[in-house]
Amino acid sequence: MPSLKEQSPLGVFIEHCKKGELAYQVCTDDNTPVFFPRAIAPKTGSANLEWRVSKGLGTVHATTVVFTKDKPPHNVVLIDVDEGFRLMSRVEDIDPSQVKIGMRVKVRIDPGDDKQPPYPVFVPAGGAK
Amino acid sequence: MSGLKRGSIAVVGAAESDLGQVAPHTSPLDLMAQATRRALDDCGLKLSDIDGIFCAVGQVRLSPLALAEYLRLKPKYFDGTIIGGSSFMAHVSHAQAAIEMGLCEVALITYGSTQRSVSRAAASRPEYNYYETPYKPFLPASAYALAASRHMHEFGTTREQLAEVAVAARKWALMNPVAWEKEPLTIEQVLKARMVSHPLTVRDCCLVTDGGGAIILTSAARAKTLKKKPVYVLGVGEAIGHATISNMPNLTLTAAAESGPKAYNMAGIKPGDVNMLSLYDAFTITPILFLEDLGFCPKGEGGRFVSGGAIAPGGKLAVNTSGGGLSYNHPGMYGLLVLIEAIRQVRGECGQRQVKGCDIALAHGNGGVLSSQCTVLFGGPSTV
Repeated sequence: MPSLKEQSPLGVFIEHCKKGELAYQVCTDDNTPVFFPRAIAPKTGSANLEWRVSKGLGTVHATTVVFTKDKPPHNVVLIDVDEGFRLMSRVEDIDPSQVKIGMRVKVRIDPGDDKQPPYPVFVPAGGAK
Repeated sequence: MSGLKRGSIAVVGAAESDLGQVAPHTSPLDLMAQATRRALDDCGLKLSDIDGIFCAVGQVRLSPLALAEYLRLKPKYFDGTIIGGSSFMAHVSHAQAAIEMGLCEVALITYGSTQRSVSRAAASRPEYNYYETPYKPFLPASAYALAASRHMHEFGTTREQLAEVAVAARKWALMNPVAWEKEPLTIEQVLKARMVSHPLTVRDCCLVTDGGGAIILTSAARAKTLKKKPVYVLGVGEAIGHATISNMPNLTLTAAAESGPKAYNMAGIKPGDVNMLSLYDAFTITPILFLEDLGFCPKGEGGRFVSGGAIAPGGKLAVNTSGGGLSYNHPGMYGLLVLIEAIRQVRGECGQRQVKGCDIALAHGNGGVLSSQCTVLFGGPSTV
């Protein structure tokens, strides 16, 4: 188990984001994908967590459009990534109301800014599942 | 939960604080104290009789300390479990354990919020979460909207069916003198209201009001000696699922499917025995999910179940007779008011909105983003 004085689960995830990668962990005791990244595996409690890089393809599992005063509406989605984990994100390059459950999407890394570290977003990959 | 005994304790006092919008500089503790005074008057006990305190307050991080200081109590037992709006159902269960074990005899459960006065943003500051915050979900509404999107996708639930829940709540609220909303509401008005987080409009979302409440519980033996007829705790069930919506294993199946059966088993009853339901309605999707998960209709049928005024006054099942969080009051963590309405229905104190022959009422609390689910079954003297 890596020392938390040297690296954190989120720290490693962000380092992958900086390389344009969507990373996740696998508990090698039961071969289950783990997301969000953790210090030990849920359920098994195992310290045997291995980092992997996703191919970056997924499917929209749930979607909403958020309406905020004086700003254009934006979408918030839950994505089922093909390697078997789910995360919150948004789908870009598309009208927020056109994001549909079942839509295939591909990851892109938003570079963030001084305050916000880079983080994964998605764009339509074409097709539906 | 199997260790707790059906009917071993009872609610003897129950009261709301002032509700809606309170005077400037009122604190959550002021509301808790006011409700406590009223609950004591309701049962005839003195403040000094209280030897167990249970509270959870969004605006007061160490609320058992603040409450004990305000009331100058030295409780034998205290519990500040905070799991969102269902905290108070959990407190009922924990109070039952404490009273059965002899750790305290008279338990006070209380809550207060001034979220309308100080603004929701000030009353409950959002916590930063790298895995959600950058996407700007409007929480908690967007989490419930995501669940609603799945329910609509999987089961064909419609926005009109969601709106039925809001309309039914409004009809009940019009019979409750202390309800915040005073005007009728139609399905069309719900659909055309300002969109907050699709598919939920502002009328699909609970109110933002000030308010609080208090209930007092004691052993069944002592309850029989007090002013009002006891409202027995027949069953309790607590369950926690997740903390964040991105980690909810199944967006259309809540942990109410665990808390409900625990409470039914302890009480030895079935859903069909329940005369009235008080379901935490943070958003219109929640009563639909809970009707399914608590066994009142099959999974996926909740939207069709509530159609045609089925949970409105005169419908087939009395749900949220106070007008609910949607139309009566919603001061942040609304679960204590969910309990109070169920208690009053069992007592027969609900006036125009009283459900006839209400011997068994179910109060169900929800906390976080469909995260914590706790169920309490109350019964009148005929049930024990």
